[in-house]
Amino acid sequence: MDQQRILIGLFGMMLVTYLPRVLPVWTLAGRALPRAVEVWLRYVPPAVLAAMLLPALVMPEGALQINFTNLYLLAAIPAFFVAWKTRNLFAPVLTGMALVALARLLGWG
Amino acid sequence: MEVPELLEEKTTTPAARWLGGMASAMPIVIGYVTIGFAYGVLANKAGLSMFNTLLMSVIVFAGSAQFIAVGLFAAGAPLLSIIATTFVVNLRHLLMSASIAPKLQGWRKPALAWFAFELTDETFGLHSGHFASHTPDPLWVFAANLTAQVAWVAGSWLGASFGQLITDVRPYALDYALPAMFIALLVMQLRGGKTILVAAAAGVISTGLMLAGLDQWSVILATILGATLGMGLELWTNKES
Repeated sequence: MDQQRILIGLFGMMLVTYLPRVLPVWTLAGRALPRAVEVWLRYVPPAVLAAMLLPALVMPEGALQINFTNLYLLAAIPAFFVAWKTRNLFAPVLTGMALVALARLLGWG
Repeated sequence: MEVPELLEEKTTTPAARWLGGMASAMPIVIGYVTIGFAYGVLANKAGLSMFNTLLMSVIVFAGSAQFIAVGLFAAGAPLLSIIATTFVVNLRHLLMSASIAPKLQGWRKPALAWFAFELTDETFGLHSGHFASHTPDPLWVFAANLTAQVAWVAGSWLGASFGQLITDVRPYALDYALPAMFIALLVMQLRGGKTILVAAAAGVISTGLMLAGLDQWSVILATILGATLGMGLELWTNKES
């Protein structure tokens, strides 16, 4: 494999990844925005997090899998509950991982 | 560095603020070491040199795009198509950056530039949750981001170096660290009915688009539609959420 070619590709990847990350904070930080835009931006966090999460839970292997063999989906229920109760990052991560590991140990899923 | 008016952080020492930021990133560290490891294993198997494997984690620092790029490099795809795919896959950060920008009032340009370099799905989730109740403290934020990136690079190195030793991470459920972290990050964003409705809509739309084969556009389109729904509901009911 041509490592030189990959290196060039990496710098291109850096550029196209960094520009969308930096331009909005660079141009919008602290600037007063129209109310509608400001409201819209406030809904971006829940929307984008859910848009990344739900497909990972219901189609972990690329096909829709809403059933009891889908550990990703099953473990999400207690993880959601723990996240809701504790409002902390650690507890749901450990709960989810522990349950998935346990289920696999028992040969489930 | 010009520091904006702080709430509680002002009363603590710089060392305590730095440690606080590092501690807050610990769940991200678990996820990043694991997924970085998987990335390192894959990159190594695909034939990327150690230098390129780690450089990608340092200068691109974008989980899913790195996995896709490794696959494309291995398949001998044209560089332009690899770069274009990376652009589309990472375009969602444009929306994250815009949504976090209003919170960073008073930050100087170099601080904003550095912040943006380490703006990932996970650091975004962490900060947008935290900023809802705290004034952003640059020291705290940079400590969290740097900790996350060091974990990502370290995981990549471990995977590329010792990937042969662990053939399957599934028994340890390490593959579930990231989904579980997103659950926690999402829950932090749920404040009342409208945000729950927006999240549900965005999740369903994204899943639908992915099933329709639009994997690379699903997240950004679902986010735009979800946020528009939220804005519509809020302006229509004319009530703060």
